[in-house]
Amino acid sequence: MTLELVTGNHAAGYALSVAGEANRGARGAACGIYPITPQTEIVEFVAKYPFSKGRVIAVESEHSAMGVSIGASMAGARAFTASSSNGLAYMTENIMVAGFYRLPIVLAAVNRTLGPPWNIWADQGDTLYLRDFPWIQLYCETNQEVLDSTLLAFRLAEDRRILLPVMVVMDAFILSHTQMETELPEQELVDRYLPPLSLPHELNLNRPTTVGGLTWPRETMSQRIEVDEAMERVPAVYEEHRASFKQIFGRDPGAAVSTFETEDAESVLVTSGTIASTALEVVRGRRAAGEKIGMVKMKMFRPFPGDRLLDACPHVRKFGVLDRDYAAGLGGVWWHDLRATLQGPRDGAMVQNYLTGVCGGDVTPAMINEVIDDLLARRSAGKPVWKGIDK
Amino acid sequence: MTTSIELEKSPIACSEECLIRPGNTNCGGCGMSVGLNLLSRALAKAGQRCELVIPACCGIVTAGGYPTTGYSVPVLASTFAASPAFASGVAAVRDLNNEPQQVICWAGDGGTYDIGMATLSAAAERNENFIYICYDNEIYGNTGGQRSSATPVGAKTTTTPSGKIESKKDIMAIMAAHRIPYAATLSAAHPEDFLRKLDTGLHMNGFRFFLIHSPCPTGWKSEPAESIELVRLAVSSGLFPVYEVFDGWRYRINIKPTGADPVEYYRRQNRFPIDAMDLDAIRKHASASNERLARLAAVFPVAN
Ligand SMILES: Cc1ncc(C[n+]2csc(CCOP(=O)(O)OP(=O)(O)O)c2C)c(N)n1
Ligand code: SF4
Repeated sequence: MTLELVTGNHAAGYALSVAGEANRGARGAACGIYPITPQTEIVEFVAKYPFSKGRVIAVESEHSAMGVSIGASMAGARAFTASSSNGLAYMTENIMVAGFYRLPIVLAAVNRTLGPPWNIWADQGDTLYLRDFPWIQLYCETNQEVLDSTLLAFRLAEDRRILLPVMVVMDAFILSHTQMETELPEQELVDRYLPPLSLPHELNLNRPTTVGGLTWPRETMSQRIEVDEAMERVPAVYEEHRASFKQIFGRDPGAAVSTFETEDAESVLVTSGTIASTALEVVRGRRAAGEKIGMVKMKMFRPFPGDRLLDACPHVRKFGVLDRDYAAGLGGVWWHDLRATLQGPRDGAMVQNYLTGVCGGDVTPAMINEVIDDLLARRSAGKPVWKGIDK
Repeated sequence: MTTSIELEKSPIACSEECLIRPGNTNCGGCGMSVGLNLLSRALAKAGQRCELVIPACCGIVTAGGYPTTGYSVPVLASTFAASPAFASGVAAVRDLNNEPQQVICWAGDGGTYDIGMATLSAAAERNENFIYICYDNEIYGNTGGQRSSATPVGAKTTTTPSGKIESKKDIMAIMAAHRIPYAATLSAAHPEDFLRKLDTGLHMNGFRFFLIHSPCPTGWKSEPAESIELVRLAVSSGLFPVYEVFDGWRYRINIKPTGADPVEYYRRQNRFPIDAMDLDAIRKHASASNERLARLAAVFPVAN
C-alpha cells in the first residue's frame, strides 16, 4: 500500500480502475465516459488505465455513458462511470434504468451546483435530486473515504442480497481538486476484496428473457417491493462489507452514520460531506467548553439510515440539520428526510434546517458557531435559515 | 414474502422458425413480422445467434406482457434514445470475451431518425461492432401515429393533420457519411435481395446499418393484406431505392425502379390526401434521387 498525495478525482479514478481490473478473470470491465467539470479527471484516469480485459468507450453524452455501462453490466462486465451536475441531470433517464435493472454499476459523482446560472462549485442538489431512484448513495468527507467507499460500493452493489447500483459522492473542488494523503491499495489486495462478478440476470443466449418489456401493474409493483426489500437489507450488508474491508485493507471505510458525543447530547448537528470536518472542529470546541452538543455525520443517504441515527442520539431533543442543497419550495433535502424519520419515534423533537454553503459558498467555523448559537437558543423550529448571505 | 415470478427457462436456440414466436403483439400486415422472420432465416443460414437491443417502439411491445415474451432470443429493452449506446456496451463485452453471437439493435424510425440520432451517429462514428436495423414505418406507431422525420411529404399523421410539409430525412446519406463498413436498404417485396444483404452484413465486422421499408397498416391506413404489394410499389416507382453502400463510398443499386407511376402507391393508403398533394413534384424528386444514386453507383462502383 503506498501513501500518496492525490485529489479526490484521482482517488475515485484509481478505485474504479482497480475494481474493473479485478474482474479480469471473469467477463472484464467496460464503461461509457463523458467529461464535465469537476469530475473530468476521473474519466480521464479511467481512459488511460491499461486494463488487461476492459474497454472504455468515450461517448457523445452522459445519457449514452450510462447507456454503455448498462449494456456492459447486463452482459456481465464490471461497469461504472462518473459525472456531475447537469451531466447527472442529462444522464437521469438511464440512471433510473440502471437501478430498475438491478445492475451493480458504481457511479462516482462530484457534487456541483445545477445550472443555470453556470456555477461549478459544490452543492449536493445534483445527487440528492436522484433520491427516489433505486440507487444507494454514499457521501464522502476525505479522499481516502472516496477511494475506500468506491471499492466497498462494488462489493455492496454486487452482493446478491442487494444488486443495486451505488453512487459514491464527493464535494466539488473541496475534495475533487484538493490533494490529500491517501493510501492507494495494490491490485492484489483489491483482487482479494472484490471477487469476480457473476450477475444472476446476465444476458444469456440459452435463457431468452426480454429485459424491460411490458409488465403489468402487479408484477411491476412486485419489482418495486423487491427493491424495497433489498434497500432494507443495505445497512446490515454494508456493515459486513465494511468489516471485511477493515480486515483486508486495515482501514475503516466509515460507518453509514458516524457520531461524535451524541450519547448524552441534548442537541446535535446533522452533517454530510466535507462540512462534517469543519463542523466537527467547532463541535469539539463547544463540547470542551461544557455545552451538551454532539454531531452526526451521515455517509449513507439512500437508503436513509434513520434507525441508526435515532439509536445514536437517544436523548437528543434538538437537531440542527446542515444542508448544502436547496429543494425548491421545501428547503433542505436532508432536513426533510430527518423530519420524516423523527415523526413518530421522536415526536416533539425540534428539527431546524440551516442552508449552509448552498451553491458552493464557504462553510466556515464562524458560520457553524452561529448555527449552534441559534440552535441552542431556539425554543421552536422555524423555516429553513439561509446562511452566508444578508437577506 | 415472495415477490418474484420464476421465469420458465427454455433453452430455445435462435433458428429460422423462432426469432419471433406466436403470441407476439404485432398488428396484422406489420412489416416488422416479415422483417424479423427474414432476419431469423438469415441468421439460421449463417449459423449465427443473436441478442437484440430494442428501444421504446412497437418492436419492444412485440414481446407481449411479462413473464412471457414473443422473442426467442435475449432482448434488452433500452431507453428510446439509447439503443446504440446499450448495444455498444453489450457488444464490447461480447468482444472482450471472444463470443460469436451478433448484437443487433432493432429500432423504429423515431428511435433512429429523431431522438436516437446523436447516439446512433456516435456509435457509427466509433464503428462499434454491431448491426443496427431500423424498421422504418415512417411514423411513431407505438404512441398512436405521430410524425417523425421519416414521415414522407404529404402524409397525414395525428400531428400533421393536413399532411406533412417537410420531406423525409435521407438517413442512408447520413449513415453513408459516417463511412461505416456497410449500409443497405431492404424491401420485404424482394426477399432474396433482403436475405443476401443481411447475409453480407452478418459476415462483416464493425457498424452495419440496415433500413427496412416497413409497412404499417395501422399508421398507413392501408389494407393489411396489401402490405407487401405497397412496398413493392414503392420500389418499382422509385420512392424507396433499394441499394447498398460499402464504406460509405461505393454504391450498388440492387433493384432498379421500373418507372411505375407512384400514384398507385399513394392511392392505396388513406394517410395520403392525394388530391391535395403535388404528385408532380414528388415524381420529379423521386426520379432525381434515383438518378443521383445511379450516378454514384456508376462513378463509385462496388468492386466485384
Ligand atoms: C424519452 C421518451 N420519450 C417518449 C417516449 C414515448 N414513445 C415511446 S415509443 C415512441 C415512438 C416510437 O416510434 P418509432 O421509433 O418510429 O417506432 P414505432 O412505434 O413506430 O415502432 C414514443 C414517442 C418514450 N418511451 N421515451
Ligand atoms: S402500429 Fe404499425 S409498426 Fe406497430 S405493430 Fe402495428 S403495424 Fe406494426
